Amino acid sequence: MEKVLLVDDEKEFLETMAERMEARDMNVTTTTSPKEALEKAQEDSFDAIILDLMMPEMDGLETLKELKKKNPDLQVILLTGHATVQKGVEAMKLGATDLLEKPADLKVLTEKIKKAHTKKMVLVQKKAEEKVRHILAEKGW
Amino acid sequence: MVDQTDEQRESELQFFGKMTASISHEIKNVMAIVNESAGLLEDYTVMAEKGMPIDPSRLKTVSQRVATQIQRADVIIKNLNRLAHSVDEFEKSAGIMETLELAVALTGRFADMRGVKLDFQPPSDFPTVITSPFHLLDLIWQVLDFAMDATGTEKTVGLTFETNPASVDVRFNGIGNATAPPSAAKTAALLSILGAKMHHDVEKGEIILILPKDARQQITAAC
Repeated sequence: MEKVLLVDDEKEFLETMAERMEARDMNVTTTTSPKEALEKAQEDSFDAIILDLMMPEMDGLETLKELKKKNPDLQVILLTGHATVQKGVEAMKLGATDLLEKPADLKVLTEKIKKAHTKKMVLVQKKAEEKVRHILAEKGW
Repeated sequence: MVDQTDEQRESELQFFGKMTASISHEIKNVMAIVNESAGLLEDYTVMAEKGMPIDPSRLKTVSQRVATQIQRADVIIKNLNRLAHSVDEFEKSAGIMETLELAVALTGRFADMRGVKLDFQPPSDFPTVITSPFHLLDLIWQVLDFAMDATGTEKTVGLTFETNPASVDVRFNGIGNATAPPSAAKTAALLSILGAKMHHDVEKGEIILILPKDARQQITAAC
């Protein structure tokens, strides 16, 4: 079961999207506040964070930057009303996993979440292997 | 009333582009909710086909959600239509109440993005001025754009107006103590087109736009 954090200032969008994602066996946490999203991302471990690009308080790119600063391995998919090439490039440079235009096709989004989940698993495994290698080297076994 | 430089025309196009881009974003948000609601109904249909019982209240919630979004889209499109028609005539009788309501609606999304509240407190009269509605909207936007950035800790920009014998004065308050005027060149050009004046009271944190009741007479007198 993929664990997803959905961040968008449109409450009705969040509710509908969350219900559809939960029906697809995903564990969904929602928030309309980017600042709350930063807190939730620190408290919990998510396979993917779906983030609206244009939000009050803090825009999507700024939130992405903060999320990545706190945890570079986070898989963040951005949702946008209008995907400009410039915003897309900027988002990718900041470490976004993907960028989707609204209204998004849930099938496409689900695939991207599954890919993000796999990528996260690979990263976790890699880190665990590195840790073991480090311990082995340090102890000199 | 309109005899402008290329720079002024460019600035007006920028205003028009900014407003329509913002409106298109709002429409996209509405579409996203309607799209997910349609998807949710499809999910319910699949569940029903598999023999799973569907609570009618869930269907009612979705239909209400779609109806709300249609109403929201209707308001957004009406405002877009009013903005589009503001360029029909450059000398026209325009209601101040309606113009300010439209300006506040068009600026709403920008205010939300900056965490600012626009508090329009209209008096109970409905004055009209003979003016260029499009340029008046542009001028109000220039002041609001400045005011939203300059507003103090309360993060509220107040708007109201009062009717005088020869003018209608539009007041913007809660601007804080910013000393720089709203983008000087653009504002000056718009004031000239509208035969209007602007007073910035830094101490009070207030900007007053003094709009002549008949911009044509004001401009002729200035010439």
